[in-house]
Amino acid sequence: MNSRILNIAQKYLKILFVVFGVLILLRGHNYPGGGFIGGLLASLAYVFQGLLKGADKQASKSVSNGLYLGLGLSLILLSVLPGFFMGNAMQGIWWDFSVGGWDLKVGSPFLFDVGVFCVVIGVSQLFFYSLSRY
Amino acid sequence: MLIILLLYCLLGFWVLWSPGALKKYSALLIALLQLGSFAYFLSHVPYVREGFIKSQFISWIPQLGLDFHVQIDGLSLLYALLVTFIGALVFLYAKAYMKKYANKSRFYFFLTWFSGAMLGLVLSVNLIQLFVFWELTSLFSFLLISFFNEKESSRKAAFQSLFVTGFGGLCLLVGIVLIGSHVGSYSLSDWISASNEIKASSIYTPSLILIFLGVFTKSAQFPFHFWLPWAMQAPTPVSAYLHSATMVKAGVFLLMRLNPVLGGTELWMGILPVVGSITMLVGAYMSITQTDIKAIFAYTTISSLGVLVFLMGIDTKVAVKAALVFLVVHAFYKAALFMLAGYIDKQCGTRDITRLGGLIKQLPLTFIVSALALFSMAGLPPMIGFIGKELIYEASVQATDLGFFILIMGVVANVFMVAVSIYFLHRVFIRKRAVELKVPLVNLYVFGPLVLSVLSLLLGVWPDALTIFLEPALEVVRAGEVAFKLQVWHGFNLVFVTSFFTVLGGAVLAWVLIISKTFMAEWRKFNRQFFTINLTDVFFTTFTQVISYAVTHTKRIQHGYNRYYIMSILLFTTLMIGIQLFLQTGWELPKQVSFQPFVLTGIIGVTAIATLVTSVSQTRINAIIAMGVLGYGISLIYLYYSAVDLAITQIIVETLTLIMFVIVLKKLPEFSSYSKKIPILRDVFIALCFGGVMTLLALKALDVELSHPISDYFIQNSYLKAYGKNVVNVILVDFRALDTMGEVIVLAVAAIGVYSLIRMKMKQS
Repeated sequence: MNSRILNIAQKYLKILFVVFGVLILLRGHNYPGGGFIGGLLASLAYVFQGLLKGADKQASKSVSNGLYLGLGLSLILLSVLPGFFMGNAMQGIWWDFSVGGWDLKVGSPFLFDVGVFCVVIGVSQLFFYSLSRY
Repeated sequence: MLIILLLYCLLGFWVLWSPGALKKYSALLIALLQLGSFAYFLSHVPYVREGFIKSQFISWIPQLGLDFHVQIDGLSLLYALLVTFIGALVFLYAKAYMKKYANKSRFYFFLTWFSGAMLGLVLSVNLIQLFVFWELTSLFSFLLISFFNEKESSRKAAFQSLFVTGFGGLCLLVGIVLIGSHVGSYSLSDWISASNEIKASSIYTPSLILIFLGVFTKSAQFPFHFWLPWAMQAPTPVSAYLHSATMVKAGVFLLMRLNPVLGGTELWMGILPVVGSITMLVGAYMSITQTDIKAIFAYTTISSLGVLVFLMGIDTKVAVKAALVFLVVHAFYKAALFMLAGYIDKQCGTRDITRLGGLIKQLPLTFIVSALALFSMAGLPPMIGFIGKELIYEASVQATDLGFFILIMGVVANVFMVAVSIYFLHRVFIRKRAVELKVPLVNLYVFGPLVLSVLSLLLGVWPDALTIFLEPALEVVRAGEVAFKLQVWHGFNLVFVTSFFTVLGGAVLAWVLIISKTFMAEWRKFNRQFFTINLTDVFFTTFTQVISYAVTHTKRIQHGYNRYYIMSILLFTTLMIGIQLFLQTGWELPKQVSFQPFVLTGIIGVTAIATLVTSVSQTRINAIIAMGVLGYGISLIYLYYSAVDLAITQIIVETLTLIMFVIVLKKLPEFSSYSKKIPILRDVFIALCFGGVMTLLALKALDVELSHPISDYFIQNSYLKAYGKNVVNVILVDFRALDTMGEVIVLAVAAIGVYSLIRMKMKQS
């Protein structure tokens, strides 16, 4: 596809998609959103770029290596471990932080969600890459 | 004890992964380990002789009666000493033998682990644990036999031995579980105390036969003996270790272990002598016409195993005593002979006795050592083999009903043994023929056989030294019978006369074979003609036939037509859900089905139309767009019920799907309809059925409440326990994280599948 408008828009939209995806991931715990939706959104950036420039040019190694897939699955495995050592496997473990008056809660389920985020990106990349190369 | 087993395991990994510079010490290291554990076990001899039993116990899965329980008693001590002693010699031998081969570290790893497994097997007193070690020895034997895996014959031989011993292993497991669940324990001591009860119960016969199957396959009894000669494809150190002294003796070991539990019945004394004596005769007879040195020794091994089995079956004090003596005798001479066979092979480049000869001048030491080992095999005085054979004759007479019969078979088999020993010596060493030596002499080769042969001689002269080890073992097998006297001269009695005629017969037979030029050739021809039923071929034919039978029948179900798969899935689901719905709730429809609010009804109407368009549209692009409408419509419905997460997900997935469809659209073949009227009607019918049942299910779901919905719990505890206000997300990443993990993995696998399928297709074109 050769559209100058889209080409320019794509540059900015790409960032927007990724940022928005991460935002959705972060807010997911308390408001609608989460790793799955966030991942899908972020992968739209990739798909968009691929549609415009074709998959061949940006068939980066990270896709065929399954970088995101591996990263995501490893994060998920990692998120299981705290619970495994401090109770039951997969049990959510939470740590409280107080940073400058802000009360932060960080837990292993969040890590899990990030893992899902990565896997979803990896999966849609791989789908898209393979189909457009075919 | 446990530390020793652990050491075998760890040092196995060490020889596999140790840095290259240290690799040349691998064999020495393991030989030292074997020697060290030999010394350790040797230090227990005085205690065990006084009746002490040392055992170590680790609770494993107590709920299932599984414990890790090792014990040094008389029997396990005897076996452990044999395994470690011969093991040490074999590793020294392997150091010389394996010098030129690739993948040595892998070889040493396998052999070390095999030794560890064998040691674990003989020390086990928990039967399940024993079974695990039993299978480990089968597994490592498979890996060792297939060591030269570039040769097809090696792979075939390894597969065959694994399959046969694995089959026996499974039978053994069932037998063990049968008895174990009857007794309620897998501990040997519990079994022994419940012995009478086991023998009286109805499970005795089936479990005994199953255990026997395990023993017969492992110890290469007729008709399962065929894997053993094939296993000679293995490197010679392996044959010397596994197929003479350790692995194949595991079956006999189990018979000795379980004799106090299962022995002494009519069944025990009926099956074992018959199978054992047939094996003995078959092995001895077949050995004489072989031309490959290793094959000769393989068949004589089968014969010896037969002897051990029938001795265990006779089940008197003398018989068990004979079995114990013969066990040691055979381990000594057979390990020595295999090592010598490997040496001759290396020196002359062949193992074919028709091409060997005259080695007495070139390898005098080898000749002497071989002669000693062969005399022990032939049972000539003053070797320990002579005492063994005398005891066997003495025991044979005691067999109930079959005594005389077995004695005759034993004499015939031994005549063959004597003949093959003399014939072998003449063929390889004495007859005049020049054979070129390929490599310079390496004394390390002869060291092991020399030690073993000299020991065979010394023990023959002073048999009392052997009784130190055998008495405690005898007590374990047959409690309370310890008096053990071994002597060379038994007096002029029936046994001596038989022995004399055996040697005479063997000598005459060997003389005929040596003198006559054509006799041996004729005999080989005769055997080829009349013993054409090669059990190996039978095995492989049966195997391929079973496979092809399974293939044809699997193809009926796994036919590879996607449309029929979908059809059968849908029909089956329809049927099952329909029946279940009818049984649970009847045909009545719920009364309150309202079309309120109007907006929702409208959306549903639109999606219904979109569905219809999808299925009847004549172009792909129309179908895709209609499907998009359908998807977005559904997301609107989610939104209406304020399931925001679901709605967003649905919208994005729908968008992505559309984009992907657009990408592949131009690559798909032209749209065309091939179906005739009847298949279309059939498909419509199936689709309607499935849709109808699904609708029914959805409608009924409003009414039927099987149990309290779990969603309440999630809503209540989402913030309290998981600190999240978004219940859907909390369910996904916390409450039901395991499900999500599974789904994510499935996704990843699917993506990899798509990627590799398409890559494969691209590579083809």
